[in-house]
Order: sequence, then structure tokens, then C-alpha cells
Amino acid sequence: MTVPADLNYTRAHEWVRLQGDIATIGITDHAQEELSDVVFVELPDLGDIEKASPVAVVESVKAASDIYAPISGEIIEVNIDLVADPAKINSDPYDTGWIFKIRVSSPDQINGLMDAASYTGMVS
Amino acid sequence: MPVMYDSIINEHKAVRESSGVFDISHMGQLFVSGGNAATWLEGLLTNEVATLEPGNAHYTFLLNEAGGVIDDLILYRLAEEHFLLVVNASCIGQDVEWLGKHLEKGITLENESSEWAGLAVQGPRTPEIYTTITEGRTLPSRNGIDNLKHEGERLLICRTGYTGEDGFELFCPAKMASHWWKALLDEGVKPCGLGARDSLRLEMCYPLNGSDLSPVRTPLEAGLGFFVALDKGNFVGSKVLKKQKKEGVSERLMALQLNERAAPPRPGYPVLDQEGTALSVLTSGGFSPNLGEGIALAYLPVDKVQMGTPVFIEVRGKKISAKVVEKPFYRK
Repeated sequence: MTVPADLNYTRAHEWVRLQGDIATIGITDHAQEELSDVVFVELPDLGDIEKASPVAVVESVKAASDIYAPISGEIIEVNIDLVADPAKINSDPYDTGWIFKIRVSSPDQINGLMDAASYTGMVS
Repeated sequence: MPVMYDSIINEHKAVRESSGVFDISHMGQLFVSGGNAATWLEGLLTNEVATLEPGNAHYTFLLNEAGGVIDDLILYRLAEEHFLLVVNASCIGQDVEWLGKHLEKGITLENESSEWAGLAVQGPRTPEIYTTITEGRTLPSRNGIDNLKHEGERLLICRTGYTGEDGFELFCPAKMASHWWKALLDEGVKPCGLGARDSLRLEMCYPLNGSDLSPVRTPLEAGLGFFVALDKGNFVGSKVLKKQKKEGVSERLMALQLNERAAPPRPGYPVLDQEGTALSVLTSGGFSPNLGEGIALAYLPVDKVQMGTPVFIEVRGKKISAKVVEKPFYRK
């Protein structure tokens, strides 16, 4: 299980990479291992979103999993490549397997998320 | 059995292309013996016991008086008047209760479910693996039974399965399970979980009891009349089935395939007609690793069962286009 040190994490197994006021969001390596075999991703609609609202669904052979907005703001981009190749979430969860980007309403929201050490502690 | 060991798709493909093993120790073993055991079972099961040769097994149903399915099971004829019923784990209690209620003088019914372990070994490489692990034996013919001893312990082999692939199911005393599990893994057989067991059986349209089969659905509605011998004489449920056969069923279990790349259909999702009117709900559904598409089973009214009939499957409020297709989904 990989947990990159430079990202933040949620209890729902999402990772957040904040660059300026843009947060990129995906699911963790641990989450993709648990789900295995992702075969479809229902991507979010663009627009304003409140923290903790369900925005996307990752469907593996095993189960459907809701993805929640880890942060409030505006969804400005979704990863269209996942339509043709949803298994990128399994093979490359922290990079090409990203799911959506939010322009955050206030960057200090990141302080409410877990760091790598806390997340590792939670899942191990 | 876990849902998966590492990946449902990899486990599924191992069974289709090579060999996989499922731990089916949860399944129930009910032994029936006595002077008129065959006649007694003939009155309780749908398939014809009289034509089942000793040393062979077949698929059959235990029905209630309304013709609904209590359980689907494999009946092993070990000897002329000695039978083994391999039943679904979740049905052991009610099967024993039902059989006990109908018990006749001279019939012995023994529930040995807790004493037996079981492994299902499935896939094209399985026959050669069987020869290796048994030091030279050949698998019996399809549905044939080998009643053996290994290190003084009983070993029952039957060339049956729930995947559409060649293979066998092995039953042994619980303490021997790890011996056989290890022997199979040493030969490169892949451990497989419940997820692959479901995707494999669904591609073949084999029903899952409790989902596709239930006490309010008959085998004829499920499209499994092949395993019902209506001409053999009376058995529990036969009256209703004969009437249904004569008058026709009003709903049938049909195979549905998505027309578009979409979320995998899952049990419980609504099925709608072209106008958006609810027809039923999916009894089974999932992603087919071999087809790369969503597949499902649902009971549909008989005016909607023509091949190609367009329907919608509702996924989280969205209507996904699908159609009625031939069973099974997967052919070699």
C-alpha cells in the first residue's frame, strides 16, 4: 500500500493534492486494492459543491462506491480519460487515475484533512 | 470463502483459461439411505431419480407445494438406495426440516454438513491437474462420481461445477481440506472467491438460489424445465408445474445485456419498458469479464421476452439502455 507523504487524505479514502487554490482528488491505493477491478466511473458534474456531498461513483466488479467532495468549492475539471480506461484508478491511483479537480473556496480547508501518517495509521 | 483473493477479473480469467479453486466447504451434505430411498426422493425432487445411474449425479430442485423453489441441489446416487444431496449453505436448515417433515419409515436422513469440506476445481487445465494430484487417476465422465479413500479418509469426486468450465467438485472430511487445497495450489491452481464464482455462473446464466430462485418462483418460470421430469409421476409441486406447463407462465427469467458502456447492473435495480414503466427488478447482475459489458437476469412478463426486446435498467435514477439476449451470455 502506497501513501504519498505530500498528499492529504479523508476518512472515505480519498486523496487531495492542493496546488494553489486547485485541489486534485482521487481514491487511495488502499481503496483501489479493496475495490479491485474498477470497470466504470460516474464522473461529477461541473459546478459548485459542498464538502461531504456525494459527487462521483467508482464501480468495481465487486461494488459501487460513492466518492464525496473532500472540500467545498467549484468542480472545474473531471478526468475524461477514465471513461475509456477506468482501470487507471487501479494501476495509477495517485497520478493518471485522478478523478476531479475543485477550485477550493478557501485553501485552509486542507487543515481539516489527514496527513499521510494519520491516514496510514487509520488503515493499518 | 472471501469475495476475492486479489482480483475478481484475474480469478475469473484463471478459471476460463487455466484452473481455479473455490472453497465450497459451506455447502451442505445430506445423506439419504434406506430400502426405498429412491422412491421417496422421487416424490420430493423434480428430476427423475429412477434414471440416475449409481455413480452419477444430476441437478435437481426441491419444491414447496406451490411449485416454488426451496433449494436447487446436486443429487449424487452413491449406490442403488444410497444418496448424497449437496445443498446450498443457507438452505441446510430448511431442507432438513422439509425432508424431515416428509420422512417415511425405513428412510435414514443424516445431515453431515459440519463434517465435510469441499473444493470446486474448475477450468480447462483441471483434468490434468486431477491426474497429478491423485497420482494417475482420470476424472470420471461428466456428472460421474468417484467414491475414493485417501490416507484412509473418504474422498468424493464428481465432475460437476458452477462455472461452465470442465472441472470437478471434491468433498472430504474437514481435516483433509488443507491437504487438497495445498496440493492444488502447488500445481498452480488459482484460489478464487465468491466474486468470480458469481461472475462465472452469471455468464452461464446458472441461477443463484435466494436471488434468481425463490419460494415464489417455479423452475419453469426460471427457464429450467430441463431439470423437471413432469412425466415421471407426482412429486411435491408437480400439480402446479403441470398446470403452468399447460397454461404457460406469465413471467420468465430472461438474460439482459447493456447496449452501452455504463455502470454494472446490480441485483435490485429496476427494469423499465420503453415507456419507462417498471417491469421488475434485477435478480442478478454484474460486469462480465469475458464480454467486457454489464449483464443481468430478471423476470419479465412474457410479452417482453422476445430476443432483442429493448428495456431500460435504472441505475441511480439514470435509464441505461439494454436488451433481451439469448442464454447463456458466454459460449466457448
